[in-house]
Amino acid sequence: MIHNQTIIKERPAPSSAVGPVAWLRTNLFNGPVNTLFTLIGLYILYLLVVPTVQWAFINADWVGSTRDDCSREGACWVFINARFTQFIYGLYPRSEIWRANIVFAGFFTLIAWLAIPRLPFKRWVAVFALVGFPVIAYVLLHGGYFDLPRVSTHRWGGLMLTLLLATVGMVGALPIGIVLALGRRSNMPIVKSFCVVFIEFWRGVPLITVLFMASVMLPLFLPSEMSVDRLVRALIGLTLFQSAYMAEVIRGGLQAIPKGQEEAAAALGMTYWKRMGLIVLPQALKMMIPGIVNTFISLFKDTTLVMIIGLFDLLGIVQAALSDSRWLGFSLEGYVFAAFMFWVFCFSMSRYSQYLERKLHTGHKR
Amino acid sequence: MLNKKHLVLLASAGAITIAGVATAQASTLSDTLSRGAVQCGVSDGLPGFSAPDDDGNWQGLDVDVCRAVAAAVLGDADAVNYISLNAVERFTALQSGEVDVLSRNTTWTTTRDTTLGLNFTGVNFYDGQGFMVSTDLGISSASELDGAAICIQSGTTTELNLADYFRANGMEFDPIVFDTSEQTVGGFQAGRCDVLTSDTSQLAALRIQLDDPSGAMILPDVISKEPLGPVVRQGDDQWFNIVKWSLFAMLNGEEYGVTSENAEEMLESENPDIARLLGQDGNYGEGMGLEADWAYNILSQVGNYGESFERNVGMDSPLEIERGVNALWNQGGFQYAPPIR
Repeated sequence: MIHNQTIIKERPAPSSAVGPVAWLRTNLFNGPVNTLFTLIGLYILYLLVVPTVQWAFINADWVGSTRDDCSREGACWVFINARFTQFIYGLYPRSEIWRANIVFAGFFTLIAWLAIPRLPFKRWVAVFALVGFPVIAYVLLHGGYFDLPRVSTHRWGGLMLTLLLATVGMVGALPIGIVLALGRRSNMPIVKSFCVVFIEFWRGVPLITVLFMASVMLPLFLPSEMSVDRLVRALIGLTLFQSAYMAEVIRGGLQAIPKGQEEAAAALGMTYWKRMGLIVLPQALKMMIPGIVNTFISLFKDTTLVMIIGLFDLLGIVQAALSDSRWLGFSLEGYVFAAFMFWVFCFSMSRYSQYLERKLHTGHKR
Repeated sequence: MLNKKHLVLLASAGAITIAGVATAQASTLSDTLSRGAVQCGVSDGLPGFSAPDDDGNWQGLDVDVCRAVAAAVLGDADAVNYISLNAVERFTALQSGEVDVLSRNTTWTTTRDTTLGLNFTGVNFYDGQGFMVSTDLGISSASELDGAAICIQSGTTTELNLADYFRANGMEFDPIVFDTSEQTVGGFQAGRCDVLTSDTSQLAALRIQLDDPSGAMILPDVISKEPLGPVVRQGDDQWFNIVKWSLFAMLNGEEYGVTSENAEEMLESENPDIARLLGQDGNYGEGMGLEADWAYNILSQVGNYGESFERNVGMDSPLEIERGVNALWNQGGFQYAPPIR
């Protein structure tokens, strides 16, 4: 009976301790100095955000087809709209764009299939993605087979070319990088010195030089009947360049695996390739996910350098569009669009790698 | 420009290697015929000269040279593979055979014509350094620019030409240097300088980017010589002739009043000059290995030089460049083509 009277009824915590007001007080207005900084911060944010929103959304022009449809008070998204197909497919012939669309659809389906854990047949899909799909993509994009008209690589461009360069670079650089990293740690002097020389050579020259040599000097040394496509030259240069970086990232992972792991595997009678493939590499690669994805992201952005050898990647085609006399003076819109596209892809890669890290983080969790 | 110097060294080394190879090649004409398309090197984006339009088709004054050659050789102006080249790789691409015509606002100079294993086939645009001033200043000639603040883009020959011109005329100026063309326009717009200087073909493109293009005017004075023209490899005189006469056919077309619209009616013309040009009287394509209607194909599909000029850089385009020295010789300009006979 007495208990009933003495126990105070449950009440919600005072608003000064929980809820948005409390959060504001502890985090933003905690004392006069912090209050001052908060206000200054808010003012700077106001100065930045308001004109940006006004430029990009409120005063912007969205509909139309020529520069006269733009008032020039805000962003002229009409320009992006009119050029959108070109930004995605480059100068690929309009009538053949369905071929590029099939490749795009296949590409994103495969990526999604491999990335979403619930879907079955991962192994077969992976084999198809690495062996079957590149052949299909080549036949579709390049043509010349099955009555498909040939589309020379000079007409490929835009986001399509950026993705092509980045994907081939990534898929090519990872295995070459693993082999080089293993070779560099090998006891065999010839293998070891070859790998060291290869890695140090490619890391020692800037990517611009590599692309420039591939595009300008190589044709002078080759006999004139033999011409290697410009895109292929760029792809080979890009892949070899990135594989050297990849090798060093993976070697970092290999160094971090205690020697006991390999010795224990050897004690079980495993051969070199089994020791590496089953014990060392899975641990090393898992540990190096941030480094590997970092290299991938930088490779994705490096693809813009192909602009200097006259290939129109996403940024290159935006710049070419800016020099059309009918659309002069809209460079800000063009660059904002290119930056946004790059951000979307790089950010997705970064998020996926974080997810992968959490998923594979077995055994070392504290 | 530093780049250019590098290129000359690099390319002359290359030219030696190539010289031997070029002679062993089959003729460019037969290669082009069997390929069914002209390999043409254009700029990777220069307003009015070469840039892809909204539909992805290349447009411009330089592009029309490629189209003219394709029309003359293959009878189809669209049979061109455009290969975009930047300033550094353009000559190598031509030497190595990646392109057969280089039509990329290239200035004709002694060094390029004589040491790179190349030949300039003519001039499709007489360019030169000019001045843009604000109309408020009320200036009508470059000689009134004494003491002016001038916006320039750094690292180009423009700077050198400007200093030479002012020294030669005993005038003073205050240079304000920017890195990119956008910054230069921005500086002019913000009133940091009274005058902006660049090649006249560029000035027009810069003028459009101002908030109020009508508030600025381009002075008639031109202080340097920059003749721009198509380039081919040395050692294939037949191909050299084809490219040279493709441009001449466009100029002759304008002189005789043959346009893309009236070309078909003109086939009936009594005028002997027009009859020879359009292949109705004799076959003047024979010497180049072409059909008699080579010039007719150019004029009906691409148009004459005047049409191409007005469409791409002249009054029908946003650039609105005056014909000026690019007018025909009988209209006060330099453009002069030898007669077809």
